[in-house]
This record gives sequence, C-alpha cells and structure tokens, in this order.
Amino acid sequence: MNKKKIYPQWFLIVPLVLYAVFFLLPGVLGVAYSFTDWNVRSLGELNFIGLDNYIEIFTSDKNYTAGIFNTLKFTVISNIIKLTTGLFLAIMLKEKLKGKSIYRTLLYLPSVLPFLIIGLIFKSVLNYNNGLLNTFLEFINLGFLKQKWLSDLSVVWKSIYGVDAWRGIGYVMTIFLAGLNTIPQSYYDAASIDGASFWQKLIHITLPNLTGSITINLVFGLTYGLKVFDIIYVLTNGGPGHATEVVTTYVYQLYANGQYGLSVSLNTILFVITMMIGLLVVKYMGKQEVQQ
Amino acid sequence: MNVRRTVYTILKHLICIALCLAVVMPFYMVIINSLKSKSEAARMSLSLPTVWHFGNYIEVINRGKLMLGFSNSVLYALVSTSVAVFACAMAAFIISRKKTKLNNFLYYFILCGLFLPVNYVTLSMVLNSLNIANTRYGLILVFSSSMIPFCVFTIRNFMSSVPVEMDEAAVIDGAGPLNLFFRIIVPMLRPVLVTAFLLQFMGVWSDFMTPLYLTSSSKLWPMNMAVYTFFGKNQQYWNYVFADIVLTCLPVILLYLLGQKYIVSGMTSGAVKE
Repeated sequence: MNKKKIYPQWFLIVPLVLYAVFFLLPGVLGVAYSFTDWNVRSLGELNFIGLDNYIEIFTSDKNYTAGIFNTLKFTVISNIIKLTTGLFLAIMLKEKLKGKSIYRTLLYLPSVLPFLIIGLIFKSVLNYNNGLLNTFLEFINLGFLKQKWLSDLSVVWKSIYGVDAWRGIGYVMTIFLAGLNTIPQSYYDAASIDGASFWQKLIHITLPNLTGSITINLVFGLTYGLKVFDIIYVLTNGGPGHATEVVTTYVYQLYANGQYGLSVSLNTILFVITMMIGLLVVKYMGKQEVQQ
Repeated sequence: MNVRRTVYTILKHLICIALCLAVVMPFYMVIINSLKSKSEAARMSLSLPTVWHFGNYIEVINRGKLMLGFSNSVLYALVSTSVAVFACAMAAFIISRKKTKLNNFLYYFILCGLFLPVNYVTLSMVLNSLNIANTRYGLILVFSSSMIPFCVFTIRNFMSSVPVEMDEAAVIDGAGPLNLFFRIIVPMLRPVLVTAFLLQFMGVWSDFMTPLYLTSSSKLWPMNMAVYTFFGKNQQYWNYVFADIVLTCLPVILLYLLGQKYIVSGMTSGAVKE
C-alpha cells in the first residue's frame, strides 16, 4: 500500500496554517514586541528598549508581581479544592445509589455555562443586602456568618474559590468517575477481606489506579488556573483595590490603556511560566507511559 | 452492618441533595426573579412574583439587542466549530496513520496549544495586518484556530481505535484519499466528531475574552458581550439582567441535556484510556 498516496500530507494544511497564523505567530510576536516601547501612540515606529518592560514589571509600584503571585496562588488553591472534593464525590457516586445519574447531570451542569453568566449570577447571589447566600445564612440562624463577599479583603478570594468550585467540581468529578469505573471491584473486595480501611484502600488501590484521570484533571486544571480571567474580571474586576488582580486582568488593563509593550511582556511571562509547568507535566506523563 | 449501610446511604443522599440544591437554587432564583417587577426583583427573594411579568423577556430582547447577539453567537459557533472539527479530523487521520518523524513532531507541536495562553494583543495586530480585524471572518478564524489543539488531540486518540484494515479494503476497492476519508473514516469517527463539535460549540458560546479583545463594534458582539454591556448599563434592573441570563444559558443547557452522552464520553475518554 502506498502510504504517500492514501495519506496525503496536504490534509494537514488547514489546521496547521490556522494554528500557525492565529496562535503561534501572535505568541512569537508577543515575545519580540516585549522588548520594544510599543504603545498606542507609536504609529509603526518602534524602539528596541531591551529588558525595560520586564524591569518595569518587577520594580514598578503597580504591583504586577502581586498579580503573578495571585495567579499562582489561585492555580494551586483552586485545584486543591476541586480535585479533593471532586475525588471524594466521585468515590461516593461510584457505588450503587438511586438517582445517581440525576445527581451527576445536575452537578456537571454548571461547567457548561459561560463564566460570564456565572459571574453575573453570583454577583447577585453574593450581594450583601439581598443576595441568596446572606439571606440563607440568616434563615438558618447563622446570620453572624454574613459577609461582604466581594468587597471585603479577607473573604473576597474565598468567594472566588467558592464560585470557581461551584462551576468546576462537577467536571473534575466526572473525569474521576470515568477513571474509577475502570478499577476492578475485585481489588476492593480482596482488600476488604484483608481488613483494609477506607483510607488504606484509597491510598493503595484507588490513587495508583487513577493516574490517568489525575493527570487529565491536573493538566486542564493547571492551564485553566494560569489563564484565569473571565471569572475574576466579572466578579471583582481585580478589586477591591487591586487585591484580586491576576496576570490576565493586568494584561487586559495595560492593553486597554494602550501600553501594548508592557502588556505583551506580562503575557510573555505567563507564557514562560505555563510552558515550564506544561513541560514538567508532559515529562511526568511520559514517565507514566513508559512505566506501563 | 445493615443499619450502618442504610445510614451511609441516607447520608450520601443528603450530601448529594444538598449539593444539587446549591447548583439549582441560584438558577431558580434567577428564573423566578426574571419574571418580577424591577423593585421586586431587586430583593432577589425566592418567593413567587406578585404579578408575573413575562413582558420582561420581550423588553430584554429588544433593548439588549439580543436577537443580533444570538444570531452572531450561532454563526460564530456553528461555522468555526464545523471548520475546525473537519479540518482537525483530516489532520488527525494523517497524523495517526502516517507516523513519520515530522508528523509526530507536528502532533506535539500542536498539543502545546493546549497549555499556552493566547496573546490577544499581538493577535489583534495580526488580524489588522490581514485586514480582517473587526470582521466576522476574523473572529471565526480565531475561534477555529483556538480549537485545533483540543480537536486534534481527542480525534487522534479515537483514530487509533479505527482499524487500518478498513483503509486497506477501501484502497483495494479503488478509493482515493478523499473517498477513503469521507466515506469510510468519517462515519467511523462519528461519535468523537459529535463530541468535539458539542464541546467546542459550547466553548465558543462561552468565550468572553476573544470578543472582548477583538471586537470594538457592537454589531459583531456575541450574546455574551451583549449581556455584559447590558448589565453594565442596567445594573439596577435585576429583572432584565436575570431574563438576559436565562436567555443566554438556555441554548447551552438544552444542548447539554440533549448531547450529555456524547459530552461526558468525550471528556472522559482520555481518562479511561490510561
């Protein structure tokens, strides 16, 4: 069989061209322009300014570094919350339970909705005076727990993690459920006969057999976390003050202000961070495959 | 032992019901308040409206230019997703069947797009120099290209379960590459194509960053953007904002309920494989 003839290389052209022009080229240009003074007033005349943009990012009083730190913090914490609760929910729903398909359908539902819409819904739910959450807390006599969810510095991040979990847990859970269903029940039965506890089964049976699902959840969770924008833009727009600013919200602000050079530099930093983490994960995944 | 099991089961149901309520209550609140008057909706209570204002929806559709937003969203999602899914299926077919060094490299090269962030600032510059900035073509091309890594990844994964013998049989019968692909491979790939289509369709529907960066004319706005600007202008009219939210969610929720089987199977295929 002539492979050249029946598998023509030109089948690859459309995706490759689209990917190169609308994804790679902007990425490369972004790195290149991060060394220039590109801004809204420079009409085609760009000056090479070396690392000035990067120096500005790390030294200016605008606290871009806090944005970078917040992005990393969000990525780590939001994923820990979603992955642990998602795993336990999946374990709970794996076993025979009447109505479990309804539970699954409902719990997954939020992850198909636009983040913008979820943000708007929660702007109302978290409203201090009339919002659903505070009303509910009063209703069950826990009124002292009422908070200014989106404007109080000490709780605003918790609100963001909460909304993020509300949206994302169903997704994480669904992936774990698929992984759990491939683990033979006989493993658990044998462990039970040997008198293994829930935690022993979790550590010695469930987790080692779940690496595929864990990797998928980690990859999507990490890349999502590092790129997070919509939810924060809609819920707090980086506020109160600049408390919830992340890299992408700064990138957008700088873009809107016409400080393009600085904006692409900040984006390049995100690019590099993501690439490093991505490489680590791919390397880890590769190792897993070799072992199997 | 039996008592313990019953207690566990009840406990599980309670946890699940509580969580499902946490998902459903906000929706219920949004729907019920979208049918109230302005002052009543501002209280955001869960009680039924004293007077049912179904007119809110008509008002919102007219004032928020929702019809335009809706048709833009449908156009973007439908065209860009169809283009990307078919183009990626062709690419995944070749990458999976002709495992040359080059193709392997191209596969991982495309996969990088799963991780890396898009640089919208320079992207808008690229669109400018191609003279497609602020046009529907430009947006559709950007949406399409953003799906390529995911589509190539999922479709290629599925490709390996399509037996090569199929190709051989078709070639012996005299089929060329196009015939082979469209008559033999595409029907075999149907489940994964549907999955990729649904997931990416919903992705475009939800995408907020792309129109935020790349459209300055309100004529081009998808429903998402229309709703957001409407909210900016009418923050005190929660009844209208809620009606807006319901209308924007409805298409994706319907799609999800209809295509649930495909969506979940596609998302989890990677997890099950390993």
